[in-house]
Amino acid sequence: MGTIVGFMGNQAVAEAMRQIHPDVCAAYPITPSTQVMEIYSQFVADGKVSTELVPVESEHSAISACVGAAAAGARVMTATSAQGLALMHEILYIAASMRLPIILANVNRALSGPINIHVDHSDSMGSRDAGWIQLYSENAQEAYDNLIQAVRISEHSDVLTPVMVCLDGFTISHSIERMEILSDREVQAFVGTYKPRSPLLDLDHPVTYGALDLQDYYIEHKRQQREALDRHALRVIREVGAEFGALSGRHYDVFEAYRLDDAELGVVVMSSAAGAVKESVDALRSDGVRAGALRLRAFRPFPAREMARVLGQLRAVAVLDRADAFGTPGGPLFADVRTALFDVPNRPQVVSFIFGLGGRDFVPEDAERVYDRLRTVAATSQTEPMCEYLSVRA
Amino acid sequence: MGWDESRKMGWHDLPAGGLIPLAGNAEKYKTGGWRTFRPILDLGRCTDCAICWFYCPDSAIVFRDEEMVGFDLDHCKGCGICAAVCPPKITAISMVEEGEASRQFGDLGVVTLAEKAAA
Repeated sequence: MGTIVGFMGNQAVAEAMRQIHPDVCAAYPITPSTQVMEIYSQFVADGKVSTELVPVESEHSAISACVGAAAAGARVMTATSAQGLALMHEILYIAASMRLPIILANVNRALSGPINIHVDHSDSMGSRDAGWIQLYSENAQEAYDNLIQAVRISEHSDVLTPVMVCLDGFTISHSIERMEILSDREVQAFVGTYKPRSPLLDLDHPVTYGALDLQDYYIEHKRQQREALDRHALRVIREVGAEFGALSGRHYDVFEAYRLDDAELGVVVMSSAAGAVKESVDALRSDGVRAGALRLRAFRPFPAREMARVLGQLRAVAVLDRADAFGTPGGPLFADVRTALFDVPNRPQVVSFIFGLGGRDFVPEDAERVYDRLRTVAATSQTEPMCEYLSVRA
Repeated sequence: MGWDESRKMGWHDLPAGGLIPLAGNAEKYKTGGWRTFRPILDLGRCTDCAICWFYCPDSAIVFRDEEMVGFDLDHCKGCGICAAVCPPKITAISMVEEGEASRQFGDLGVVTLAEKAAA
């Protein structure tokens, strides 16, 4: 067992960063992620880490500095939320396409407008196609664990892709949780020494980063990104998760399947809301309802085959999205789940629920309403309305 | 890291991420063909102040032994900044339409020298 501590989510993130001990952090504050760097900068000031901390003038500069440092050969980490992540947007694509293993802790917060500082997933969903790996953490323990694993996942030679570790703003970032931390030595042994692929600072092997591609090369480089995420990243996420499990006793996979083996009705959900869903599953199960839940951890890459395998035999599935994709039949997670299930013979009916936007609370009673709807969907095979908003005042 | 310039590599062989395992190979990409106007140097007026060298965005001003000898026409894009920044009392550089310059001074080469204006 590790050392038991009571940490807020942001503290857990900062602690993981301290133990990983990156070479460079360039960051800009934004609620609710600010404390990550406030705590980390205190570590720097106290000499607990020798990280080069670069306080920049904006999140666009933060991620740009991270890209430059990563290309130079440094291990690089940063943190942000919402508008900060949005301001990084163009450079996120560059970090991923340059195949730089940058780690970013994204404390999920709603994208403006209206201005809202509370949890929803619109920020990370807005960057879902930037080519980054996205891991969603249920709680502070997992945020801590995910960051440590993220180093190994992103730096793996078959992956070489930046990783965004998401944790819910305020709900997790500002809640104190009983959790366990590993020793500094264990974390250092797990992440290992970074061996950058082609550091700019290696003058004996000069390289060029960021050159122009014309029509004759761009698509080949993009095909490489698909190969890394499609073919290798899921496997590496699982391998690292198993290795982390051997070290810590907490084993991680691409998702957590909760009481799905013989389930008829299932809910797909990410992050902290999964807690309320699992509570609801337990209550329904004791009433004899065959309910189950899938808490997705790896949203990018999306584990379509694995998801089809565990959800394929259900009768009805509801996907809870903490972000919307206006103008489409449902939320963004819903779209991927439905696609994953499309080819399954006797596939389940799949419906979309949008919930919790702007920090609107989500409690077990809300999850029960979802399962009630699923009962109707399973009985009637009717999926209209395909997308519903949970807990909204008419 | 494999790098085969004899063919267009496919996604299996290309270094990941658009990385080029060389430094400065942009030199091989000859942008001189983009030129519409060519800078012509009057050696008789040039004082080797190197202001044009400082401002040239393509590093296309050629100095040898601290003397201006001409332009790298493989890479000069004819932007005319050199002619614009050459001090008004000197005006050693003039921009000549490329076709005309080619007829007068020859084809693209590494350096072109203007003959001193016939006295």
